[in-house]
Amino acid sequence: MNKSTRQISLSTLLLVAVISAALCFGVVALLTNIFERKQEARTTVMRVVEIDDNTTDPAVWGKNFPLQYDDYLKTADMVQTTYGGSEAIPQAPTDADPRDFVSRSKLERIPQLKQMWAGYAFSKDYREKRGHAFMLTDQLYTERQKVGQPGTCIHCHASTYVPMKELGDGDIMAGFEKLNTMPYMQAKDHVKHPVACIDCHEPETMALRITRPAFMEGIAAYKASQGIEDYDVNRDATRQEMRSYICGQCHVEYYFKGDKKRLTYPWAKGLTVDAAYEYYEEENFKDWTHAETEAPMLKAQHPEFELWSQGIHARAGVSCADCHMAYKRVGAMKISDHHIRSPLLNVNASCGTCHKADDKEMIARTEMIQARHQKLVEVALDSVIDLVNDINAAKKKGISAEKLKEAQQWQRKATFYVDYVEAENSSGFHAGQEAARILGESINYSRKGQNVLHQAAQD
Amino acid sequence: MKKLTRPRLTTVLLIVIAILIGGLVGIGTFTFGYAQGASYLKSDSQSCANCHVMQGHFDAWLKSSHGKFAGCNDCHAPHDGVASKYYCKARNGFFHSLAFTTGDFEENLRITDYNRRVTEQACRNCHQDLVHQIDINAIGELQNDKTERLESNACIRCHSSVGHDT
Repeated sequence: MNKSTRQISLSTLLLVAVISAALCFGVVALLTNIFERKQEARTTVMRVVEIDDNTTDPAVWGKNFPLQYDDYLKTADMVQTTYGGSEAIPQAPTDADPRDFVSRSKLERIPQLKQMWAGYAFSKDYREKRGHAFMLTDQLYTERQKVGQPGTCIHCHASTYVPMKELGDGDIMAGFEKLNTMPYMQAKDHVKHPVACIDCHEPETMALRITRPAFMEGIAAYKASQGIEDYDVNRDATRQEMRSYICGQCHVEYYFKGDKKRLTYPWAKGLTVDAAYEYYEEENFKDWTHAETEAPMLKAQHPEFELWSQGIHARAGVSCADCHMAYKRVGAMKISDHHIRSPLLNVNASCGTCHKADDKEMIARTEMIQARHQKLVEVALDSVIDLVNDINAAKKKGISAEKLKEAQQWQRKATFYVDYVEAENSSGFHAGQEAARILGESINYSRKGQNVLHQAAQD
Repeated sequence: MKKLTRPRLTTVLLIVIAILIGGLVGIGTFTFGYAQGASYLKSDSQSCANCHVMQGHFDAWLKSSHGKFAGCNDCHAPHDGVASKYYCKARNGFFHSLAFTTGDFEENLRITDYNRRVTEQACRNCHQDLVHQIDINAIGELQNDKTERLESNACIRCHSSVGHDT
């Protein structure tokens, strides 16, 4: 009896000891955590190297800002979303193209594009877009390079702030003009990194700043059209505007103006597709001549900034960074996520700040918009192809030069409009209704072109 | 080496346990002090922002319509008794500590069902006169079971940002 009592008390004692130890463990873990958070809150930046206005290498900045740098490196991730992103396709590296993986070809997935761009470099190679980490290599090894691209392209495909300063002896405008006139293969020797910290940040204060001359000129032209004279973006823009303008330095519609191939954003009449088209008409600009119909064509680029500015999120004051670089907490600090990516891969942080619905619901809403958009894009692309085929047939049969020119003009316009939203990188999400309107207009222009041919056949 | 006899083993174990428990009390007391634990027993809203994750909520609350009239506890703690108020504070305190220690939580923060019910009741604590008739009009005679009116006629279904953003 005595013995068994002692045994029970022994195991009870052991149990108490274990519980007490576990509690101690938990409390110390909590204590350590609180201690760490308090320390983190005390020193948000550890300055271990000096950074100045000539420090291009992001790894050097990364020593002072390791959290942001780690995220920045993740732009090498390739992730597919339902309507965007990119999938890694293995490729045997060659001397001509040392990449061991690439993204999928969009020309194979969207066969209309080849004929729509007949005679232009984009009909040779057009792929899913990858993250910022790939901007230099993908531009260097695209098949489009075989046509020979101007140095102007490097404006957005590399960290060019310091190279421009060096080429222009401290004047980025002069350096910009020098880069533009070089062939791409020569321009590339002046750059080392993809877009880097210094392209968006002022090294002393980390404040956002615009470093791209084409954006400075473009936004000033746009503001002038709004009645605001002498607009200097680095002086006059608010911080929240900067959180979109930074991205708008490159994610825009553009063209190479004149013999000097000066990079220009067609914003002097406004930021809409209609304003851009009107601008090109006045400039009498063409990117290329269509190989089948001989129409003078325009290639739309990727007007993410412009389309976003027509959407409901822009209207509500939501910037690019709010969704694509959503704030996140690391320990006691709150930082912008420098892993720039689709908000669909980071739904809670991106959308959840404003929208209280859960992640699944937010993805469902987005994909509903994108699915409808995709359908409209297909219809608009088919319409353009129908017009191209009809012009080809009419040319064979014989058609008056005047009527042919009229039909070619509709082809130019219909193509520019559908391309404007197809090449845009949000699958319609940035401004769903505006994208639908543009596609509707494109379909109508194709129809009008066919009407011209129809009438010509009857005359 | 002399073999320990059973009574002596028990004594050693008792001492070990005493040390462990004493240690726990010591570490616990220090942690409580270091984490400004006493501040959580009162109703000062500033103490909710002891923890960095709540700073944004605190800043927004300061500027909100409720910022001048109601503190965190007025909306986020029960009003039907001291016991349930401190149960709520203890429960949330435990789960917050657990979440922050393990790092297993996601931002944006989402309110749990338990806390949603607390907040919903808190709205009615101040605005009962206003919403009593709305409840009756919307769902008929009030049932003893409050679940139905909380689900179907919740204040924070429409006024979800009140107290923080607006």
